[in-house]
Amino acid sequence: MTTGPAEAEVVLRLDRITKRFGALTANDAVSLTLRRGEVVALLGENGAGKTTLMNILFGHYVADEGTVEVFGQPLPPGTPRAALAAGVGMVHQHFTLAGNLTVLENITLGTESLWSRSHGGARAKVERLSRDFGLAVHPDAKVGRLSVGERQRVEILKALYRDARILILDEPTAVLTPQESDALFATLRKATALGLSVIFISHKLHEVMAIADRCVVLRHGRVVGEVDTHATDKAALAALMVGGELSLPRAEARAPGPVLMRLEGVSTPDRGAAPGLKAVTLELRAGQITGLAGVSGNGQAALAEIVGGLAVPAAGQLSLHGQEPKVWSPGEALARGVARIPEDRHHQGSIADFDLTENAVLEAYRSRFSRRAWMDWRAARAFAEGIIKDYDVRCPGPSTRIRLLSGGNMQKLILGRAMAPGPDIILANQPVRGLDVGAIAYVQGQLIAARDRGAAVLLISEDLDEIMALSDVIHVMSQGRLSPGFARGTMTAADLGLWMAGQKFGDTDAA
Amino acid sequence: MSEIVDILISASFWAAVIRIASPLILATMGELICERAGVLNLGIEGIMVIGAFTGWMAVYQGMPLWGGVAVAMAAGMLFGLLHSTLTVPFGLSQHVVGLGVTLLATASASFAYRLMLPEVTSPPKIQPFQPLSIPGLSDLPWIGTALSQTALTWAAFAVAGLVAFTLYRTPLGLAVRAVGENPAAVEAQGLSATGLRMGAVIVGSGLMAVGGAFLTLSAFSSFFFEMVNGRGWICIALVVFGAWKPGKAVLGAILFAAFDALQIRLQQTSLGAVLPYQLFLALPFILSILALILMSRRAEVPAALMVPYNKGER
Repeated sequence: MTTGPAEAEVVLRLDRITKRFGALTANDAVSLTLRRGEVVALLGENGAGKTTLMNILFGHYVADEGTVEVFGQPLPPGTPRAALAAGVGMVHQHFTLAGNLTVLENITLGTESLWSRSHGGARAKVERLSRDFGLAVHPDAKVGRLSVGERQRVEILKALYRDARILILDEPTAVLTPQESDALFATLRKATALGLSVIFISHKLHEVMAIADRCVVLRHGRVVGEVDTHATDKAALAALMVGGELSLPRAEARAPGPVLMRLEGVSTPDRGAAPGLKAVTLELRAGQITGLAGVSGNGQAALAEIVGGLAVPAAGQLSLHGQEPKVWSPGEALARGVARIPEDRHHQGSIADFDLTENAVLEAYRSRFSRRAWMDWRAARAFAEGIIKDYDVRCPGPSTRIRLLSGGNMQKLILGRAMAPGPDIILANQPVRGLDVGAIAYVQGQLIAARDRGAAVLLISEDLDEIMALSDVIHVMSQGRLSPGFARGTMTAADLGLWMAGQKFGDTDAA
Repeated sequence: MSEIVDILISASFWAAVIRIASPLILATMGELICERAGVLNLGIEGIMVIGAFTGWMAVYQGMPLWGGVAVAMAAGMLFGLLHSTLTVPFGLSQHVVGLGVTLLATASASFAYRLMLPEVTSPPKIQPFQPLSIPGLSDLPWIGTALSQTALTWAAFAVAGLVAFTLYRTPLGLAVRAVGENPAAVEAQGLSATGLRMGAVIVGSGLMAVGGAFLTLSAFSSFFFEMVNGRGWICIALVVFGAWKPGKAVLGAILFAAFDALQIRLQQTSLGAVLPYQLFLALPFILSILALILMSRRAEVPAALMVPYNKGER
């Protein structure tokens, strides 16, 4: 383009938007303008108010104060229908697709009068859009059978089908491989070249630098900075985002200890669309963090179940300290010093309506906190208070129900519970997902500390930056297969991305 | 064995099968619409009672038969409105509300009956729907007997066709199927999940009530308190049996009706002299349970069934 977007027509203007949820002010007089053909990144930590702001724009929430103008016209609040009609399309972080319907049906849903009959012409339009924007997906495929990347393409097609001129993408790359992210960026560049405008919500700095023209930084619901991306750098943006210098821990290389757990050719059956393990061989060594990268749903859950004792291998062997355990169960795993930080802290890691004391002793109530048939609540409470103090769990007290805690504090309690017995092997499955930067630094620091005192840590994460920063050895999972281990610093993100996409696995069969 | 074969090839047996299946088809379509939209309607049993009672009472009070059907449908929709108001915008437990609606509807029917007919010992009869005579068809030897059915039976099959067409061939049906799978998808496309769900429950409840009215206006000529007799619960099983698909659900209703018609006739054969009759009564239920186990293995349950949708909640 010859004329920069700076002079282009303003397509969207948010003016002093304020939204309160009870005592919490999620958005505090936030203003934002978007011009034609421009990508504006909305950057901020979790809880900074990015998603709330976009939900107000799209009509899911009603702002307490402030106005929204689209193409110079005020947008009536609280109706997604009005936003859609005005040309605003949103790709939600959690996809809003019906899995029982086809791609075409999901796209046309709500675009025709409910009391009319057929949909003619829809297919041709969808096919044209998917060609023009490089969004390959079959219109008659059932959405429930599509991969995450394909579902995202359907979401974007949904917006384009309605002739959206403004596209809002809420954390679009959280679920993508680096290659899929690149494809998404290519699509966005095509869109802006055709005159669309994009709001790109993210907390990943390198993506913001790569795709955005301008960047608006939110912190605690307020705009704390607005900068042109070519006039700034990652460090400056990070400082704006967290309100000061805050560096994430990086683990330095150390000499590994003996093998504590070994999987030898372990396979498990497929479970529906989720692949099982395919002859996986993995060693977890003392004093080493083993990182497991991969797009979720590629067998990580199956591997975590084996390590945590929830499943036994259908084929192959599992050994601990060189011996094969006679029985393998969650109780056995705990007894042999395996600690678990489950993937889903709400459903697997805690019981929402139990209090902190009860949740703290869930894994040990029969061994450490009972005397004959009776619970020893005094000891349990003291244990919970210890975790709350040592792990800085911000809460009213040990008799608070855990559902009232923020994700970060909930995770700290689970972390404390896992670390208390001094485990040899730590299974950390997505330990920082959904946490803010402060809590991430804390949890990661604890994992490094555990490694330094000689524990073997298995870190499963979808976030390549996290894997690369913490891991001494990196494996990649794709379709249930495990790549060889790569030592720290020998692989780039792009290399790992090729493994994540499954392209490199053919090579190793020959080797 | 030849006795069973004789039963199965007789036209009167198939006429009975179609007759017994009709109220089941109507109510099953009603339940299927509700569940496809994501709401389990356990009010079905009571709504069928209300439909049976109001339809019959309207005709007894002098309305035409189709007027009775309309009254029954309206009464069913009213209870559907109650059910959906509590379960959809208020998001209350669908189990509790459904059972509550069943109790309320059943009790309302007997209360109204006692109030309106205080002196009566045996319920008065009405003149029900008569089998339609269709030129050409009715004269055929075997088929004519088997298809000697009332207008309401033909209507039941037409309703099943209409429901299937609407669900799979119209934007409205698309929206209903979507709201039972992921209400957020519907909202994000500018439609109202609440409106769709409430509408589905209200229309579905109307159909259930017509299914109940079939009993008093077409199958029998009077109203008894126990006449619905668990048919509503059978219909809930039939929806599962049909894997939430109208065509399969109709087949399930016909299968159950066939077992039911068969057991009555088996009681009069030589087997009936040997075996206790209770065994025959249990036969359709036992066979239905077996069929249910086989059929429902691979069913795709609407993902948001029984999950209330609260707008604005994360």
